[in-house]
Amino acid sequence: MSSAQVSSNNDEDRGFERGTPNIVFHIDDVHKSFGGLHALSDVDLDVQEGETHAIIGPNGAGKSTLLNVCVGRLEPDRGAVIFDGHTLTGKQPYEINQLGVARVFQTPEVFPDLTVLENVMLPALSKRDGHFRLNPFKSFHAETRIRDEAIDISTKLGLGPALEIAASSLSRGDKRRLELAMGLIQHPRLLLLDEPTAGMARADTNATIELLKTIKEDGMTIVIIEHDMHVVFSLADRISVLAGGRIIAQGLPDEIKGNPKVKEAYLGEEEL
Amino acid sequence: MLSLNARDFQLLLFVAAITMLAPIFLNPFPVDSSLAQFNGGYPDLMQRFVIFGIFAIGFNILFGLTGYLSFGHAAFLGAGSYAAIWMMKLLTMNIIPAIILSIIVAGLFSLAVGFISLRRSGIYFSILTLAFAQMSYSLAYSVLTPITGGETGLQPKLNDPRILDGELAAGETARANLFGLEMGSSYDLAVGGWVFTFNVGYYIAAICMLLAFYASIRIFRSPFGLMLRAVKSNQNRLGYTGVSTRPYTLAAFVISGMYAGVAGGLMVAMDTQAGAERMFWTASGEVVLMTILGGAGTLIGPVLGAGMIKYMENIISKINTTILEAWFAWAPDGLQDVLVSVIYPFVGKGWHLTLGLVFMLVVIFLPGGLMEGFEKIGGLFSRKKGKNSDSVAGSASPAAAE
Repeated sequence: MSSAQVSSNNDEDRGFERGTPNIVFHIDDVHKSFGGLHALSDVDLDVQEGETHAIIGPNGAGKSTLLNVCVGRLEPDRGAVIFDGHTLTGKQPYEINQLGVARVFQTPEVFPDLTVLENVMLPALSKRDGHFRLNPFKSFHAETRIRDEAIDISTKLGLGPALEIAASSLSRGDKRRLELAMGLIQHPRLLLLDEPTAGMARADTNATIELLKTIKEDGMTIVIIEHDMHVVFSLADRISVLAGGRIIAQGLPDEIKGNPKVKEAYLGEEEL
Repeated sequence: MLSLNARDFQLLLFVAAITMLAPIFLNPFPVDSSLAQFNGGYPDLMQRFVIFGIFAIGFNILFGLTGYLSFGHAAFLGAGSYAAIWMMKLLTMNIIPAIILSIIVAGLFSLAVGFISLRRSGIYFSILTLAFAQMSYSLAYSVLTPITGGETGLQPKLNDPRILDGELAAGETARANLFGLEMGSSYDLAVGGWVFTFNVGYYIAAICMLLAFYASIRIFRSPFGLMLRAVKSNQNRLGYTGVSTRPYTLAAFVISGMYAGVAGGLMVAMDTQAGAERMFWTASGEVVLMTILGGAGTLIGPVLGAGMIKYMENIISKINTTILEAWFAWAPDGLQDVLVSVIYPFVGKGWHLTLGLVFMLVVIFLPGGLMEGFEKIGGLFSRKKGKNSDSVAGSASPAAAE
């Protein structure tokens, strides 16, 4: 059984213009409140195919809430998130992932009892087999193609020596690398990264930037939420600035750098 | 070999050797020795070892892999038993159709129960399964009496149709068989003071257990098994990797229910009767104890747990004051009385107390069950061996040291 082919016939196409095929990801007028707190208001965002789009903003701006809305963890009060003609709003996280949207978590959420290699192979298996496949008599050890790829990606991310140890015994930094490996092995059409370099040393951050640059060159669409401006300006093609739950500016990195509204939002936080 | 890696294949061979030779090594004491009551190699007990072994192996696929703790698996065992006895009443005393129907009925029943219970997890799931099992138990005693036989249960009767077997001759009784080979028939081998009993029923049940064990190894080592382990490890995360967890947990639930069905069918094959007491919650609790005692999530642990509990239930429960007095006959009168009165609460009817103490000790000191104990002992030996091989490292080759 496979859910990889989720029908889009019944999906509403609110706000998504079929005439602009290069816009692959569209957030349409999303609102989200927690009690009296407006975490997101009137959020509109377009991401083009192959683009790396950074979402920046001060603490509490609603960046993680927006990402949670995108992957089905939170339901918006209003508006919709559309990926490649499919409305993601209201879909289960596994359905969203099966459409080709992978998320890398800010706080590593790996499978602590599985080995590093199993952690990396698992998302690849789910991509190949769909959301459920009853294959109790197939040997996991015979999955050589997926295993080789998992070893390759893990090694690139510096996890080579840790392949056979339980993920629970990894350091926090290694868990973040594992998170990234789990996202990358799916070759998603859209990769959502939630502060992928937070807590990393500068050398590791630079290595991650280089890795993400190579992924970018392969044409993967990336939405990245990041605090570290060095990462943002090294990778982003376009930037959206979120403040107080609203998008206050959107544009090319140079435009954002010179935008007075952005400077005001960041005042006292960090020099852009 | 058999699509297993070398280590798993060795384990399977080891279990096969143990089960095939069980009638010999479970009777270590000569029949007329005072320790003969510790002999466990009689057919009824050996059959229980392997049948409950199957039950526990199946339960472990659900509990050991996914972490979902069902307190109602005895209901599937009971349903399997009723299905088997009906097959024997209506079609034939041959055990094959009976066991096949047991698996189908238990599978369908577990599909229905699992579909509803798996809407919840944790303690709520456990309570739901417990409620279903107790409901089944009560129904078997009340409204379902025409199907279950109520308090008297079901047994094959002379006037049952048994379409394939034809009518019994005068004085003949219906006996469970495998193409004419009766389950109750045994061959006794006397060697010196020892008597070893080789029973047909035991060997058929043992072969079923080996097949069940092999299937369990395959499940553990499959991508499906990996997903089940991931459910236990971090169920929420699994959704974000594109996996829908409910079909996996439901499949595990149904597979474990089918294992319970095999166990229920085999129980009827060995002793042709079925009653609702098999569905009582204590029976569900027993398989939980077996799995945890042996080591949940390990391949062989549940079989060990099942063996240990059934051994205690059947052997320790038989020790009475007369036996204890005979053991301590060497002691002076006063001391003998003290020893007997101290030990007595732990044996005979008090065997549950011993089981409880063993269970507590295992859970506190060996949370991974008996298997963790064996691993620790194995670790000690390999460390000692390592030290020894270090000391002769100059002369020994690396391969020999391993």
